[in-house]
Amino acid sequence: MRKAIAAVVLIGTTLLMYQTVFAGAEEDRLAFVKYYKTRFPDIPFAEYANGIYAIDSDARGQWLEIEEFPPYEFAVEQGQEWWEAVFENGKTLADCFPQQLDEIRVSYPRLDERLGEVVTLEMAINQCRTANDQPQLTYGGDEIIDITAFLAYQGRGKELEVRVPENDSRALAAYESGKRFYYSKRGQLNLACADCHVTSVGQLVRADRLSASLGHTTHFPVYRSKLGGMISLHKRFAGCVRDVRAKPFALQSTEFRNLEYFLSYMGNGLKVNGPGARK
Amino acid sequence: MASKSQYPILLVLLFFCGYAGSANSDDQVAQGKALATDRSKGNCLACHMIEDGVQPGNIGPPLLAMKLRFPERDMLKIQVCDATLRNPNSRMPPFCRHRILSEEEVELIVDYLYTL
Ligand code: HEC
Ligand code: HEC
Repeated sequence: MRKAIAAVVLIGTTLLMYQTVFAGAEEDRLAFVKYYKTRFPDIPFAEYANGIYAIDSDARGQWLEIEEFPPYEFAVEQGQEWWEAVFENGKTLADCFPQQLDEIRVSYPRLDERLGEVVTLEMAINQCRTANDQPQLTYGGDEIIDITAFLAYQGRGKELEVRVPENDSRALAAYESGKRFYYSKRGQLNLACADCHVTSVGQLVRADRLSASLGHTTHFPVYRSKLGGMISLHKRFAGCVRDVRAKPFALQSTEFRNLEYFLSYMGNGLKVNGPGARK
Repeated sequence: MASKSQYPILLVLLFFCGYAGSANSDDQVAQGKALATDRSKGNCLACHMIEDGVQPGNIGPPLLAMKLRFPERDMLKIQVCDATLRNPNSRMPPFCRHRILSEEEVELIVDYLYTL
């Protein structure tokens, strides 16, 4: 009897815990949005999809000029070719995705129920290749970046709607791990993502003005003029981790996928506008 | 506030370093300036405006009138050596603890800062 009561109490408190924590993800998001709103009262919510150009009016003009002849156009075209390429078994990537073409981008990242892990768009593409007896594409390589560029382009205008399902503790754990990553100080410079992109947002590190993390995931992959090529979101994560002199995690590592999950959830309600163009 | 309790220890350490009273020659000031500017060392300009330094950041306050703001040399040394002792959440890297700068190098930077 005592055991039974204990069990009920245990289940009860666990449920209670979940409820408060799940309320937490949405509470986190609202607080995140409110922070930037307080910091920049004149910037409309939708603008945060434009990264630093939401804040930096000086750089904005130059960026709009670049957008007139988008440097990522070639990647989008290549991506379409890869997307339509027929595997030996007669199938294509499209056969793995039940969604409409313009819904695929916003369907990720998501918690895969079978795997119990966060699956990103890149990972889903490789899962599809494996299912069709094709070798995996190298993350960070042209082919997979071009495919995501094409899918982002097709998905433009759709709102991010990342879910942390209330009945799945693995989703919660992944969300929490991404959140912890974001707020943890790391590296020789002892800086958290939030130190730069929340606390110091709009301020300068040398000549670079710091963007808000709200909307950080809407516009990837991104063409970087500095590098003369396209980079994935995880490549950007790795760059910032290296900048604080910490060892970066691998592209599509659990750490970076969970971070993407957290940051994408923070951006819910913003519209996808990838691929983007950045300095 | 565990960090507060480390305060006196650090003060004592700094005191016994024996640099506190050393005369700062032009050479030391020049070395300090070089260390403060070097991107792999202090890289202070990443976050602070410092006199004529090019492309300064503004994450931290401009570094000027240091004698006015830090009349006690030890306080300035602590700020540069490990800012997290004063503010555990500081965005300023703990230069000594994370071995970016040695205490000797911090002394030289402090010599330089007092010329600002
Ligand atoms: C030392 C400061 C600093 C830290 C710490 C930092 N970043 Fe950055 N980050 C930058 C700068 C500078 C840029 C380029 C300007 C911009 O867009 O903000 C940037 C850009 C980005 C971008 C690209 C934004 C865009 O619109 O293209 C993402 C995404 C990003 N950072 C994520 C992170 C994450 C995640 C972390 C933590 C692992 C992090 N950053 C830590 C300085 C920092
Ligand atoms: C990554 C950012 C960053 C770097 C790099 C940095 N600082 Fe700071 N610094 C700050 C911040 C933020 C503050 C505000 C107080 C605090 O949080 O510790 C600060 C405060 C200070 C202060 C106290 C100013 C005052 O009036 O209270 C001094 C002095 C100082 N820094 C010197 C330096 C020196 C010297 C270097 C290089 C050796 C340096 N800082 C590098 C971010 C930085």
